[in-house]
Amino acid sequence: MNRLALLAAAGVLTLLLIPVLTPGIGAWGGADGAGMAMIDAHQPSYEPWFTSIWTPPSGEIESVLFSLQAAIGGGIIGYLLRGSPDA
Amino acid sequence: MHIAEGFLPPLWAAAWALFAAPFVAYGTYRVATYVRQSPERMAMLALAGAFMFVLSAMKLPSVTGSTSHPTGTGLAVVLFGPGVTAVLSTIVLVYQALLLAHGGITTLGANVASMGIIGPAIGWLGYTAVRGRTGVVKGTFVATVLADWSTYIVTSVQLGAAFPTGEGIGGVIAAAGNFAAVFAVTQLPIAVVEGVIAAAVIKQLIAVKPVITAKLGVGA
Repeated sequence: MNRLALLAAAGVLTLLLIPVLTPGIGAWGGADGAGMAMIDAHQPSYEPWFTSIWTPPSGEIESVLFSLQAAIGGGIIGYLLRGSPDA
Repeated sequence: MHIAEGFLPPLWAAAWALFAAPFVAYGTYRVATYVRQSPERMAMLALAGAFMFVLSAMKLPSVTGSTSHPTGTGLAVVLFGPGVTAVLSTIVLVYQALLLAHGGITTLGANVASMGIIGPAIGWLGYTAVRGRTGVVKGTFVATVLADWSTYIVTSVQLGAAFPTGEGIGGVIAAAGNFAAVFAVTQLPIAVVEGVIAAAVIKQLIAVKPVITAKLGVGA
């Protein structure tokens, strides 16, 4: 682990933790949602002409599907980076 | 970055789908070639896709007090170039559109265009520009930050074009600026975080898979 890597890791933790631990800077809503809300400000008459075929029935179901997405990816990465010889 | 289902007028949705289709078709052809060539390349392809799955599953906090997705496309574009990245992004975006109601089928073309094509292409240009001086690991950081951040700029332009604030190009630019005000600042620290993670992964990848990474042109 060289010095640059340590510095980068510290930078990442700082960037992620400082905002979350600072009280009152935001409600931590998604930027995607804020962007979609701005469409309404630009063109209040616009109605979405199609809705999602299926929507997770609760926040819990949504979070388990997001976790599943990360788990699938993490599992594959762990398997492929396990350090066995490739030749 | 995810334009929600139905949130682009039909003409724009169709235009972006038409834009994205040839890139995804070309990328699919490239993927098929890799599959025939060697199982090791196939494994690296899976790794790039898996990285995208992990990164885009996270909604990270930003200095603006809101959260946003990294894109995870930097690693793929460094390993395989923009064509293959478009295919992998499409897989991730279809998963999220169908299972998470994030993004949508009608807006898939626009979302593939930003996250899978234009963002990664800008990352790729940055990577090829700096790689000779910085090496692969730092080059991957540059590619990833550019790919992630510019994805959200593209989204801002897409939304600005579909929902202008006034007549002509001026209305589009003003509207794109409004959307960029939501996305650009929030995304910047997230892009930097993603860049560090991608650089760490490619460093480890070169260490444990020296042969295949050399074949892919990213050897140490």
